[in-house]
Amino acid sequence: MTMIPFLFAPWRPAVSYFGSLRTIARTAVLAISFAIPIAAPAKAAEQYFPLQSYRVGPYAAGGTGFFGGFIDYLNLVNIRDGGVNGVKLTWDECETQYEVERGVECYERQKSHPAIAAWNPLSVGIAYAMIDRIAQDKTPLITINHGRTDSTDGRVFPYVFPLLLNPYSETSGIINYIAGKEGGLDKLRGKKIVVLYHGSPYGKETIPIYELLAQKYGFTVSQIEVPHPGNEQQAQWLTIRREKPDFVVLRGWGVMNPVALKTAQKTGFPVDHIVGNVWSNSEEDVIPAGSAAKGYVAITTQASGAEYPVLQEIIKTVYGAGKGNLDDKKRIGSVYHNLGIVNGILNVEAIRIAQEKFGHRTLTGDEVRWGFEHLRLDEVRVAALGAKGLFHSINVTWDNHEGDGRVTFQQWDGAKWKVVSDWISPDWALLRPIIEKSAAAYAAEHGITPRTAADAETASR
Amino acid sequence: MLDFDYSFLAEVLVGGLLSGVMYSLVAIGFVLIYKTSGVLNFAQGAMLLFAALTFVSLVERGAPFALALLITFAIMVALGMAIERVVLRPLVNKPPITLFMATLGLSYVIEGAAQLAWGTQVHGLDLGIDDTPFEVAGILISKFDLFAAAVAATMVAFLTAFFRYTRIGLAFRAVADDQFAAFAVGLKLPRIWATVWAAAGAVALVAGLLWGARLGVQFSLSLVVLKALPVLVLGGFDSILGAIVAGLLIGATEKLAEVYIGPFFGGGIESWFAYLVALAFLLVRPAGLFGQKIVERA
Amino acid sequence: MSTAVFDRAETKSWRVPSWIGPIAVLAVAYGVMPFIGGAYIFEAILTPFLALSLAAVGLNLLTGYAGQLSLGSAAFMAVGAYAAYNFNLRIHELPLIFSIALGGLSASAIGIAFGLPSLRLRGFYLAVSTLAAQFFVQWALTKFGWFSNNNASGVIDAPPLSILGVSFDDPVGRYLFALTVVTVLTALSYRLVNTQTGHNFIAVRDNELAARVIGIPILKTKLLAFGISSFIIGVAGALWAFAYLRTVEPAGFNLDRSFEILFIIIIGGLASIRGAFFGAALIVVFPLILSRVGSLLLGGHFDSGVLDMSQRIVLGSLIIVFLIAEPDGLTALWDRLTKGFSRTSRQQPQ
Repeated sequence: MTMIPFLFAPWRPAVSYFGSLRTIARTAVLAISFAIPIAAPAKAAEQYFPLQSYRVGPYAAGGTGFFGGFIDYLNLVNIRDGGVNGVKLTWDECETQYEVERGVECYERQKSHPAIAAWNPLSVGIAYAMIDRIAQDKTPLITINHGRTDSTDGRVFPYVFPLLLNPYSETSGIINYIAGKEGGLDKLRGKKIVVLYHGSPYGKETIPIYELLAQKYGFTVSQIEVPHPGNEQQAQWLTIRREKPDFVVLRGWGVMNPVALKTAQKTGFPVDHIVGNVWSNSEEDVIPAGSAAKGYVAITTQASGAEYPVLQEIIKTVYGAGKGNLDDKKRIGSVYHNLGIVNGILNVEAIRIAQEKFGHRTLTGDEVRWGFEHLRLDEVRVAALGAKGLFHSINVTWDNHEGDGRVTFQQWDGAKWKVVSDWISPDWALLRPIIEKSAAAYAAEHGITPRTAADAETASR
Repeated sequence: MLDFDYSFLAEVLVGGLLSGVMYSLVAIGFVLIYKTSGVLNFAQGAMLLFAALTFVSLVERGAPFALALLITFAIMVALGMAIERVVLRPLVNKPPITLFMATLGLSYVIEGAAQLAWGTQVHGLDLGIDDTPFEVAGILISKFDLFAAAVAATMVAFLTAFFRYTRIGLAFRAVADDQFAAFAVGLKLPRIWATVWAAAGAVALVAGLLWGARLGVQFSLSLVVLKALPVLVLGGFDSILGAIVAGLLIGATEKLAEVYIGPFFGGGIESWFAYLVALAFLLVRPAGLFGQKIVERA
Repeated sequence: MSTAVFDRAETKSWRVPSWIGPIAVLAVAYGVMPFIGGAYIFEAILTPFLALSLAAVGLNLLTGYAGQLSLGSAAFMAVGAYAAYNFNLRIHELPLIFSIALGGLSASAIGIAFGLPSLRLRGFYLAVSTLAAQFFVQWALTKFGWFSNNNASGVIDAPPLSILGVSFDDPVGRYLFALTVVTVLTALSYRLVNTQTGHNFIAVRDNELAARVIGIPILKTKLLAFGISSFIIGVAGALWAFAYLRTVEPAGFNLDRSFEILFIIIIGGLASIRGAFFGAALIVVFPLILSRVGSLLLGGHFDSGVLDMSQRIVLGSLIIVFLIAEPDGLTALWDRLTKGFSRTSRQQPQ
């Protein structure tokens, strides 16, 4: 009982706000809400990143890695180059716990900050809730490796960028990899693949694409759902054991991944015939599975490891100056950390490209959108950025917001990931009509007239 | 269905029963507390997380296995007693729903504290028992599952003996039967409650380690309570035996349903099927398998 | 506690200005807020506050008044949101407001179906079985693509808000839309608890056997409570989806949301319509204040993760402290604060 006065004292006055003088309470809240973001006044030349990060809750491990890498790269650009052509990069974090309504609150809170470059929520749910809002506010929304597949069609979604890899391309990339293992696409005929997917909209999204590819290449596919959160998979893996597939594709999420690997071991399925998707490919997914994960293969758009020049510079310049974002230095070069760094590179380069057109100054969100739509980083440029081997290349255009990202496959050796394939291209030509059809349906439902190339060239100040 | 695969059926059944043991492990922690104080302790999941996270963090900081276990055990007992003292005692005689909400608040505190103290990293936990299968008559059985079953059996035996043969255990049962009468004859309720919360802490440690070894030690560990709730409903909130039997039943039906009925609905029915089974059963027997007849608490 | 509540509901407000409070609040909500609030206040605070308040009013009818504990509120919200979406999508001529009402009715039907076990079960047994609704609805909405118009991602986009051609599609408009729906349903709920039906609810809660003896139809009363409560919660779900988030995925209506609504009515005060609003204000606003103040005072020293975990601890402690210190909720506290001076009466109108 002794703690009550302590907690209660500051509480009492707050109670009297509510009710008769509700307005006062709201005004007070209003005052607090505006006092804080404005506490850091915008300098002459800055470009601001609102970060809807998640360092708490079930997905905290991914959030700390990704946003850690992103911030580390922004810090590198600031410390090493003094920003982008003299324009300082700034940011602040708003914790979402991966919950949509917290993400929306963060959006409403952070959008009042001037000079926003782009939003990077790394959450499908939050990204969906923002699509409407960012289109109105004309700021880009980056959903690297995830997000809404049909937002690849930049004609209908001018401000949404599922950079590097959308879920459909991921599916095609995985099948192409399996084909490579079997000796060619024609060898897929008669094979059997099981897709084990998370029981959520995310998990279900690729069902029709696996069906389509199965038809096209003549393999049989059977797709099995694991209910959220996936901490029990005995039934699913026994079914798999009965079906005796050649490969299992793991389309998992969070705790579902290590449990899948452990249960596979328990039911005698060989781990090196399990191929993980892009949300089943991190250290956090395999470490809890212990030895059961050894030999597991997963897709990725960026290699892991700290041997790349850009990471070495981050270690030297950023962590050397005591400004590194990761508490645990062992996580430098981990999958999520490197994804954050690649995300940082893409954001910064989009700004740089846009600055060449609009001038070396603070840009509007719409101008940064133009930058993303001209984000062409070939292998030479990627090497110059110190990221040779970290990721392959990207080529975003006004109507292709994914940018032809290549994928590679990595195998867990019990301690770290090792790349085991070349850079593989998904079958974009096959997928594009499906994406366009879905985007057209969205446009019709929302009364959107698709843009033309000429519309995309102009950007509002 | 012409050539029905009976060995597969057996395999699913065995797998389900062994999964059920894991559910029971969590359910027992609930039962202990409900039995003596009428509280549905939703914080049991958070306690499980806290225990596993503390243990694994100690081990990673170089503590030997036994020492880490001992320290964690001590912390869990202390935590249980602290909860009783700070949260539950001031709420004595409040309606059950208030107590339930308090444990929800408590789970926030414990989850926050656990992650604040030990970080949000995902850890692997190796108890030294391989999760590899061996074959018995064509059916794969995991060593780890057998180990978990043995632990559960030991724990139940221990708790049963404790209730039946020790003085404090008898006091326990007296309290469970009638709090006021027990109080009237001079039993010290707070001491008994403290003991039972400490015991629940210890059960959380055992369940946390076993589940942690299977899932990895991470936030989602606290979600295993959702698997325990239908077990509680089916077995009765106040019966340890019920928790075991219902765990086995739920585990088995859930797996059988997922494998044999699931495909007709596109699968994934496990998440609610257990609740449906429990519910259907309750409509016939409102106190669950072994629960007391008087269930009008709220 | 229960007798006090009974009195409160029974007593006619003889201290005249019972209607003054609500009218004043409404006057401010309609007459002042739209002119002084910024987009942030509407989009991030007031609209979610209204939707959650309404859901809490609905749950309070069921749990506070009729005494049936439910942990499935989020599921009924989901049914309301998805049903309203589908009615709006598939019946083109239907005005939006009817779609929302039909969404509420659908939630009502599901609520009655899952309320059937209440005829045999009580307390936590019932509560845990309402979890069946929680998981079943979420599964069904994810599983069957039809509910989300076969969108590959299963996420629905809200239709534009408009009534009779008047668009409400800006922050203030959405707020006013939500405010109006909430006001109407709250007024009806207030009316309901003061009718015979409302008294039947309370009688069933306080002593089912006695209620049966004096001739109250138990079956009908319980199912009615489930039906009305789910209707209101369903409409709240539609508001949450259409006016607040403007996009919905089944995962947004998870168990945490059900607990949140339960928190609201416990903290606000069981069996009190006002309590739902007090509780929702606390649950919506308090974490925001905590996070703002936290990052203002300590932001320089700790990263956002540490801050947020501390907030979680503070919030959890606060709930516990609150339950210990003021088990009858904010309503009781409010009454004490306002009426503490004049010792005339502690019996307050709703």
